Amino acid sequence: MTAVEAPEADEEVLEVTPEFEAAAERQERRRGFLLALPEFGYLTLFFAVPLVIVVVYSFATRNRFGGTDLSGWNVDSYVKLAEPLVREIFFRSVWLAALTTVICLVIGYPFAYYLATRSLRVRNVMLVFVMIPFWTNFLVRNYAWRVILGNDGPLTKTTEFVGLGEHEYLFTQTAVVLGLVYGFLPFMILPLYAAIERIDRRLLEASRDLYANGFQSFRHVLLPLSMPGVIAGSILCFIPSLGAYVTPEILGGAKTTLLGSYIVTQFLTARNWPFGAAMSFVLMAIMLAATVVYFRKGGRTL
Amino acid sequence: MSKQTSAVEPHGWTKFFLHTNGWLVYFFFYAPILLLVVFSFSDSRNVGTWGGWTLEWYAEFAESRNARSALSTSLQIALVSTVVSVVLGTMSALALERFEFRGKQVFDALLYLPIIIPDVTMAVMLLLFFSQFFELLGTVFGIELAKGVGSITLSHIAFSISFVSVVVRARLAGMDSKMEEAALDLYATRWQAFRYVTMPQILPGIAGGGLLAMTLSLDDVVITQFVTGPGGTTLPVYVFGLIRKGVTPLINAISVVMLVASMLLVVLSLLLERSRSGSGTA
Amino acid sequence: MNTKHWLRLLAGLFTLTLLAAACGSDDDESSGGADCEVGEIDGDLAMYNWAEYIDEEQLQEFADEYGISYSLDSYDSNEAMQPIVSEGGSGFDVIVPSDYMVSVMISAGSLMLLNYDAIPNSSNLSDDFSNLYFDPEGGYSLPYQWGTTGIAVNTAVVGTDFPRSWGIIFDPAISGQFDGQIQLLNDPRETMGAALKYLGYSMNTTSEDELAEATELVAATAGRLAAFNTDSADEFLTSGETVIAHGYSGDMFVQFLETDNPGDYVYFVPEEGGTRWIDNFAIAHDAPHPCTAHTFINWMYGADQGAALTNWNYYNTPNAAAVAGLDEDLLDFVNDPAVLAGGVDSLEALEDTGDFEVNYSDAFVEAKG
Repeated sequence: MTAVEAPEADEEVLEVTPEFEAAAERQERRRGFLLALPEFGYLTLFFAVPLVIVVVYSFATRNRFGGTDLSGWNVDSYVKLAEPLVREIFFRSVWLAALTTVICLVIGYPFAYYLATRSLRVRNVMLVFVMIPFWTNFLVRNYAWRVILGNDGPLTKTTEFVGLGEHEYLFTQTAVVLGLVYGFLPFMILPLYAAIERIDRRLLEASRDLYANGFQSFRHVLLPLSMPGVIAGSILCFIPSLGAYVTPEILGGAKTTLLGSYIVTQFLTARNWPFGAAMSFVLMAIMLAATVVYFRKGGRTL
Repeated sequence: MSKQTSAVEPHGWTKFFLHTNGWLVYFFFYAPILLLVVFSFSDSRNVGTWGGWTLEWYAEFAESRNARSALSTSLQIALVSTVVSVVLGTMSALALERFEFRGKQVFDALLYLPIIIPDVTMAVMLLLFFSQFFELLGTVFGIELAKGVGSITLSHIAFSISFVSVVVRARLAGMDSKMEEAALDLYATRWQAFRYVTMPQILPGIAGGGLLAMTLSLDDVVITQFVTGPGGTTLPVYVFGLIRKGVTPLINAISVVMLVASMLLVVLSLLLERSRSGSGTA
Repeated sequence: MNTKHWLRLLAGLFTLTLLAAACGSDDDESSGGADCEVGEIDGDLAMYNWAEYIDEEQLQEFADEYGISYSLDSYDSNEAMQPIVSEGGSGFDVIVPSDYMVSVMISAGSLMLLNYDAIPNSSNLSDDFSNLYFDPEGGYSLPYQWGTTGIAVNTAVVGTDFPRSWGIIFDPAISGQFDGQIQLLNDPRETMGAALKYLGYSMNTTSEDELAEATELVAATAGRLAAFNTDSADEFLTSGETVIAHGYSGDMFVQFLETDNPGDYVYFVPEEGGTRWIDNFAIAHDAPHPCTAHTFINWMYGADQGAALTNWNYYNTPNAAAVAGLDEDLLDFVNDPAVLAGGVDSLEALEDTGDFEVNYSDAFVEAKG
């Protein structure tokens, strides 16, 4: 037994004429389109159009004053992407983001399941308590971590007291990953919870009745059914980790350059907008392709 | 309906593990918050050095016109952008999960872009866009618009709706649509079917998406900074600036005030819900 | 059908936007000086300044005196402010760009020519600030505050017996025992500039060889650092996270005074020289209230208001008339000859190096690894 089939969303209407069916289908399509239209329109105006402007900029030239000349179109910025420095930064960032995502998943999945098994009232309260810390400011939270990890911070004091010796935490790679996990764990928990919570408990009970052990019923029932949540959570976690630049700067001491800070540098230090635009555009294309592939795969295993 | 828990309550070691993990996660979430709260009462300019108890940072916050106006600007923007993005995001999530229509694939891809794009790129492109868009409105239609709270809100919605959509879709995906169909067969209107059948089921997704949108709006610095105008300094932008001058417990005090305010809001809404479900149809 | 219609609409809008983009870049020629009387007011004041660089009460005082209201918004870097003002329609009147950014913004046509007849108090400007490289005729900017970039040391740990040189950061023979407790600014121009100065070059060099040498030096030093950081250089030093810090004069002075024993810390600009930076009053090219802006700058340039500004932010004032009103604490620091180990002439301003800016930022990323 591979998986319990999720209920099919097929709409089988009994014995109707083809014309009627076609008309009904057309109406359905219209309805769907109209429902999506407001957001579609909004995103087109306030996202797609600006995006095209940026893509146009990526083919422009940085002038002497750090402005962008909309003339002399060229692909220099894209050529520059092939430099080893850029590649190195890219792979380093992907590795850190992947690590962050895996850790978030490992911590977040059992947590989301735990939430989903509480009673309705407790569940809602607990969910809100997940979010509350994140209504303080992002920067302020990072600074709080800096104090915790710092030289005289509580963590160093504790490890010293316990007898684990003196450890440096602040301004290390570990600190960066910790900060990223802290920052993006809720992005993992929310969709996971939403996905697990709606799973029909009877399916799990049935699997146990059929002598599946706990792991088997997790592997073959729970996990496949919660896959949309796993995918959404991973994406919501991976992408911002890849673009993060505040956390590496505050907790990592900016000692290694990650993709996020490299892009920011192009816009806010080198004032090289064409290159920054080109880099963002390529990054988005890669991420979009990966997301689509990931979703298709996830969709099929469902 | 007595569907209290949707998953099987675990036993033995699994239960122990889940409990421990749960509490550890909360500890992880709240450790820095605790520290932040404690140091907001510290009588030392440096966060991290304890200088005895004081309320001076709260007093400074209360006296600072900038800080207060930044706070109210932030709340205004977060509120509007959350409401709008929740409505639009839920609609599109429904459309994508429940309907087939032309252009769906394009829309699907477009929906993911705001999540994928780096902050600063979105910031730059919105700056270019708004400058030109407002100029266009001015020259073609004679509508004079100034950048500020309005352009910030529009931008926040632009990045929030996608997040809402994704979360609501995760909830909708594979959810049994037979209930809706049954309702429709029983002559419920589309709206009634949505309002009384679909919506209660996806409400956790909507709430989750809304919370996410709110968090994103309250945290954004980069995009806000680029589309701002006079009077458009939000709290994160203000705090970001303060940090340049040195991290003082003032920013802790501001955070604590926001924390307390949002907790009050939550408690209030929970109480409201309880009183409604108590007096309602049960 | 309706999809097609909609697509056409979209295409139309898009073309319009691009057209506007194309036109927008042409009509950016800078406006001439505003035609304002002394003390003339043409609306509320919209100031766009570095965070916590001016006391709100001072702004309120101005607003009360002239019966208007004000708005104050803040930015945290020149590069974040410049595109907003340059793109136009920002709605800001008075802005405070740093030296090199003034020259960038003049070339981009983003600043308004000042009308000195409306700013009679500009005669209070100290003679040290005439003929500034970034605004040779002084037509577009008036200095706001100035300061230096140098090194701060915790003498309680390091002692006082060390050379007043960039070597205290870059030479392991001098500071090897403090590895992991040294910090450099997370800023390509400042940090590469420091290395260049140590090597005896100009911090505005456009020689690739000199820059490569500096890159190697910073790369060799990177492993010995606690962090590259700009915002918290001063706090790291006084909280013990670092003992040798690279930072800005005013930040350091204020931070020293906050500690229990300010005498434990020294700030100096090494004998090889360091950065002198100047932030400036300027008016946005499309300021909605140019006369209010002139009146405000004139008001701020009075002796009392100039002193009030400096006593609040603790940098140095370019206002000669304001010096008499400065706090003594501040004067002690400013007038200490040890601060400028190489004398005033060793100071250099960071200039915009045009196309070479990209080399600086790449070199810095490369040096960090």
